[in-house]
Amino acid sequence: MRWIPLTRFALRSIRRNPGRSALTILGMVIGVGSVVVMVAIGQGAQARIQAQVDALGTHLVVVTPGASTRGGVSGGAGSLNRLTLEDAERLEREGLRLSAVSPVIFTRTRAVGGGGNWRTMIHGVNSRYLEIRDWQVASGRPFDRDDERARRKVALLGHTVAEALFPEQDPVGQQVTLRGVPMKVLGVLQRKGQTADGTDQDDVVLVPHTTVQARLSGWSFIAQILASAWSKEDVPEAMAEVRTLMRHSHRLASWEEDDFTVRDQGALGEAARGTTEVMTTLLAAIASISLLVGGIGIMNIMLVSVTERTREIGIRRAVGARGSDVLAQFLVESCVLSALGGVAGLVLGVVATVLVGRLTGWATAISPSVLLLSFGFSAAVGIFFGWYPARRAAALDPIEALRHS
Amino acid sequence: MEGAPLIELRGITRDYVLGGDRVPALRGVDLVVRRGEMVAIMGASGSGKSTLMNVLGCLDRPTSGTYLLDGVPVEGRSDDALADLRNQRLGFIFQGFNLLARTSAVENVELPLLYDRRGRFPDPRARARAALERVGLAGRLQHHPDALSGGQQQRVAIARALVTEPSVLLADEPTGNLDSRTSLEIMALFQGLNDQGITLLIVTHEDEVAACCRRKVVMLDGRIVSDQPVEERIGAEEQRERLGPAAGGAR
Ligand SMILES: Nc1ncnc2c1ncn2[C@@H]1O[C@H](COP(=O)(O)OP(=O)(O)O)[C@@H](O)[C@H]1O
Ligand SMILES: [Mg+2]
Repeated sequence: MRWIPLTRFALRSIRRNPGRSALTILGMVIGVGSVVVMVAIGQGAQARIQAQVDALGTHLVVVTPGASTRGGVSGGAGSLNRLTLEDAERLEREGLRLSAVSPVIFTRTRAVGGGGNWRTMIHGVNSRYLEIRDWQVASGRPFDRDDERARRKVALLGHTVAEALFPEQDPVGQQVTLRGVPMKVLGVLQRKGQTADGTDQDDVVLVPHTTVQARLSGWSFIAQILASAWSKEDVPEAMAEVRTLMRHSHRLASWEEDDFTVRDQGALGEAARGTTEVMTTLLAAIASISLLVGGIGIMNIMLVSVTERTREIGIRRAVGARGSDVLAQFLVESCVLSALGGVAGLVLGVVATVLVGRLTGWATAISPSVLLLSFGFSAAVGIFFGWYPARRAAALDPIEALRHS
Repeated sequence: MEGAPLIELRGITRDYVLGGDRVPALRGVDLVVRRGEMVAIMGASGSGKSTLMNVLGCLDRPTSGTYLLDGVPVEGRSDDALADLRNQRLGFIFQGFNLLARTSAVENVELPLLYDRRGRFPDPRARARAALERVGLAGRLQHHPDALSGGQQQRVAIARALVTEPSVLLADEPTGNLDSRTSLEIMALFQGLNDQGITLLIVTHEDEVAACCRRKVVMLDGRIVSDQPVEERIGAEEQRERLGPAAGGAR
């Protein structure tokens, strides 16, 4: 049997009953549509997390004190305060693959200024820090090496802090008091948004680390050393270099384990990425079930159709159709139906994705591979669930079929 | 051509099984039909005529006996081979026409050509059109069955049976649903085809129809009880003309 007439038979029978055909594919449309939407939401979340990780800085290499444990969390109390300014200076001086290095001191305190006060995190950093974090000031100016060396009482406000303390004024040139020490606001940082784990990166005040150590905190230590590799490709070697330099700096013997941990930006986002990957898979799996349900819908209506068209089948057999011809005809029909459902589902899915994005503000991402995959899957579902009704049609006895009224 | 056995049945039986009971519908049928014959098969209802036609038409398999079609045994062939025989060598015409609904006449006639596996018919549409012209329906190509009269529908069915140039046309009560005038028209068509050398087997209840054939076979309880040539063959065309012009304007 030629495929052209077969396809023609199938198309004709689909066209002949547009209402029923539409009902048949409805489940498929919803199935494919929901796969597209779910995956788009999942991938959107992943893309957002990637963007957040990227926002941490450029080709970031992070050194934290303590040996890394299995979970990637730094070690216990014994390893506290094992990062020193000398470590940072050594990395800066000798790190050939590092473009910039900054120590980071954290201390939590209340910032008072502009008639209000706000609990926030002080980051004691050097003048290279903004470059490493790929961060700019929105107004004012960053502090420089002079400020750092002279331990000047200057600060850069994160966007959130600036909003909280100076809702109606320009904070630049104003004063904020940290632990009783008045600081001059040099500038306000650009908005950075949340990290993957939901921390507000703009709820921060940057102060030269020298100032923090000298004036704010009697008991502060370097919690992190942030470094930036020259390029993304340099990151692995930069990490190796950092490790070597750190071991030198800490005078570790060859049998001793690292008492610090070196990570890159990718590792920082990994946990969150893993979670969204699981979420995407889960969403897609749930949506796939609706695809299956759609397939079962097609099977049901095809079974009804076979019963209704028993006489037609008998006529075809009487004029010489083989069982396989009848099988092929019904298979083509269910495949065309589910492919139609697939296409309609893709359209619906894309439209719904855009709508969901607009209404909820969630990030969504539609990738062509998902479109292709769900379309292919719907055609496969057509073959799979069309098989049984087609088999029934092909197995009908010609005489019985002809006698059917 | 005349004289070569086209159909040879030897000791054909067919038992239906109904709820554990064996219902013998054919109890040993011997029949030889030669090329160019036009055979009427008569007999009371339930005498096994349709069962015999289904066996002849390769729609059904006999329980026992041998069937040679064109000298080739039919028994033991696969279902696919039987489908191909139906497609290539047999034309079946039913009492109820059995046309595909909501499908134009020409597409109905085309249908068997589309199941041809030997690539004999490069232009099925043209062939279907020619077959419809042959049965006098040149002007009804695009009509759907429900827009055609019973007689016209049966003509479409005859065109469909003819279109593959089968060895034999098998008609099971082809005029059973038609009035006597239309019946005569169909019989005139059959006679014309037979004059062109086409072999026909026609099951009928009507003596008038049987009288249009050349040979009359009578069945009773699954057996052939009489097999005779028709003495005074009626010309269906003349018979119809004697009825006078059609009141309803049937063509
Ligand atoms: N599918 C069937 N199942 C059981 N019995 C059948 C079936 N078809 C026909 N018969 C029986 O076989 C006998 C012959 O039937 P059939 O060939 O249709 O006779 P006819 O066409 O001469 O009226 C009848 O007794 C009928 O009841
Ligand atoms: Mg009968």
